[in-house]
Amino acid sequence: MDFEFSEEQQLLKDSIEGLLGDKYDFETRKKILASPDGWSREIWKQYAELGLLGLPFSEEHGGISGGPVETMIVMSAIGNALALEPYLPTVVLAGGFIRRFGTDAQKNKYLPQISEGKITGAFAHTERQSRYDLFDVKTTAKPAGSGFTLDGQKSVVLNGDQADFIIVTARVSGSQRDKDGLGLFLVDAKAKGVTRRGYRTQDGLTAAEIQLSGVSVDADQVIGKPGAAYPLIERIVDDGIAALCGEAVGVFSALTEATTDYLRTRKQFGVNIGSFQVLQHRNVEMLIAAEQAKSMAFLATMMVNEENAVTRRKTMSAAKTQIGRSAQFVGEQAIQLHGGIGMTMELKTGHWFKRATAIDIQFGDADYHLEQFGNMGGFEPAAQAKE
Amino acid sequence: MDLNFTKEEIAFRDEVRDFFKKNVPAGTKKKLIEGRKLEKSDIVDWQRILNKKSWAVYQWPKQYGGTGWTPVQKYIFLEELQRAPAPDPLPFAVSMVGPVIYTFGSEEQKKHFLPRIANLDDWWCQGFSEPGAGSDLAGLSTKAVREGDHWIINGQKTWTTLAQYADWIFVLARTDPKAKKQEGISFILCDMKTPGITVRPIQLIDGGKEVNEVFFDNVKVPYENLVGQENRGWDYAKFLLGNERTGIARVGISKERIRRLKELASLEVSGGKPMMDDPRFRAKISAVEVELKALEMTQMRVVAAEGKRRDNKPDPASSILKIKGSEIQQNITDLLVEVVGPFALPYADEDDVAGSNELPVAPDYAGPLAPIYFNYRKVSIYGGSNEIQKNIIAKAILGL
Repeated sequence: MDFEFSEEQQLLKDSIEGLLGDKYDFETRKKILASPDGWSREIWKQYAELGLLGLPFSEEHGGISGGPVETMIVMSAIGNALALEPYLPTVVLAGGFIRRFGTDAQKNKYLPQISEGKITGAFAHTERQSRYDLFDVKTTAKPAGSGFTLDGQKSVVLNGDQADFIIVTARVSGSQRDKDGLGLFLVDAKAKGVTRRGYRTQDGLTAAEIQLSGVSVDADQVIGKPGAAYPLIERIVDDGIAALCGEAVGVFSALTEATTDYLRTRKQFGVNIGSFQVLQHRNVEMLIAAEQAKSMAFLATMMVNEENAVTRRKTMSAAKTQIGRSAQFVGEQAIQLHGGIGMTMELKTGHWFKRATAIDIQFGDADYHLEQFGNMGGFEPAAQAKE
Repeated sequence: MDLNFTKEEIAFRDEVRDFFKKNVPAGTKKKLIEGRKLEKSDIVDWQRILNKKSWAVYQWPKQYGGTGWTPVQKYIFLEELQRAPAPDPLPFAVSMVGPVIYTFGSEEQKKHFLPRIANLDDWWCQGFSEPGAGSDLAGLSTKAVREGDHWIINGQKTWTTLAQYADWIFVLARTDPKAKKQEGISFILCDMKTPGITVRPIQLIDGGKEVNEVFFDNVKVPYENLVGQENRGWDYAKFLLGNERTGIARVGISKERIRRLKELASLEVSGGKPMMDDPRFRAKISAVEVELKALEMTQMRVVAAEGKRRDNKPDPASSILKIKGSEIQQNITDLLVEVVGPFALPYADEDDVAGSNELPVAPDYAGPLAPIYFNYRKVSIYGGSNEIQKNIIAKAILGL
């Protein structure tokens, strides 16, 4: 049992925190946010130089074979700096599908380009009706020649407007809410029949509505076995949840610290407002919520490669529940304790709060995962019932 | 980073688990599962079983009869003890006065008391709180005046848990009324049979009488019963309260209580279905399970860090464990009341039903549940109330 980072992990932490500390101060971030892309390709190149974009990929694909702890370290730094670059959709999600389930040809084609920072990706899954159910897919994949034709509509696809390639889920067979019959397809963003309408999300990231109208994909653009993609989707979403938990750690500790600093310096009634017990206790409650979330982020990180899918999913749902609840509490209280200035876009606090709110929603909010966790039986078995 | 126990730690866990499985007396285990009160003899018998195995004072240094276990081993032991479930070794003796004696006491005190604590030959109770000194413990007014080779103690203690069983009490008393309030207090050991001591039980909202008032009326105690130096008692008390907070998360107990809750939720029916299948009730159980898992991980982080700490001071993070641990314990007792619905209501006075709080109405498991709920309001009050814990965190961690 050990919660400390190895020397290499500490180096990684120092290097990304160093980069973001130097290049991603709040003023710079505002400029990046206001730029047409909404994120910085220059910083993206520096991520590549530090090896962050190939982090989980093997050496032969330009990566460094990092594990979940390494991803957590990077995501936590991203959360702290509120970096806007599409790391999660490109490296963890879209890259993750290829890394875990892609053919050699797919890996050779895409992973080195991701590692070098030449392309970004997106995972197009959510639909208007699906909410958080991963099996609820209307988009169809009809066999055509040796490949498939995709038709449907995907919503709130992170980095969907700028991605060079998109991993699309579509139904090969069965009805809308069947777990069987799903397929995964690697689609070139410029392919004929792909229409994207990009926009910003509340937290300043970019996303898109994606229309697929008769999009042709070849057999070599299929990931996994057509019709049997559901466990693969679950797998990658779990990677995504663990990564988000890591990001949340960075966001929550930043919110708690910023609030403590504010309480120490803001004067009213002739004293620092941090001398008021009611505010001290609220700040302590934020700290506790942040620490509980951090604990669950560690658990999610260490369980994300668990082979037993039920054990893994249960843990991810528990972690996401905690993260979601802490996100709301820590975020809302940070704004409240900052008072009027917390309401403005001029302070980073509000931006962290907006990201925290988005983290709760992404891949299922606290209530959704609480229900999932309960449906899977929770952690403790019932004592043997007898009467 | 690695969540897993080492092979040796897993072997240790299995050994401990197996020992508890074979050695916790069946009657004691049953009472704990059902939430019924333990008799004095249940606790004494169990601690002697542990002591025979040299585990009763497992957390003490080896030279005083402890085990020399690592923080992780101690953590595993306590977890297994709680999940068995088995009673804690008497905390007032083992976790409170024992460490004060071996850290600050005289050689004679160590030699006489420590083995008797390990074997629970002496039942100890804690003479700290007073009617006028609760959270502001240093404001206590019980006085000890030196007369020749004796102390004369006058005053009143309260909330004294199980004083009715006690052979000895450790008392914080004011020995220098002129000094600053923290600097005039001494730590004195006192035989409960000394003339002038009166114990009055206090009935709590659960109907039971586990705490007492203890009155001191010109109680004459040998001078050598002073622990450490005169007027340094406040330091020893702070040391003691720091020890008290370790293990206060009580994760193992809460896990055991959740298993019990799920069992009862599968037996109790609402709307023609087991309570366990009611989505709203299940969500409540799930919510507390998630909190508990987070607390368990937080506790493991504290334990892992403890192994690497240089100083011997309690980690202020243990205040987080106290706050979350007590909230979770209380939350579970709330759900245990909810699960039996109207059958939580029938009340049996301990004094009316000799030796048990058995109820005349079915189901028999419902009787102790409301009393536990009422009784467990105490866990966010004792050992430094949760509000005091928040003051500690605000000061020691946040620097406010």
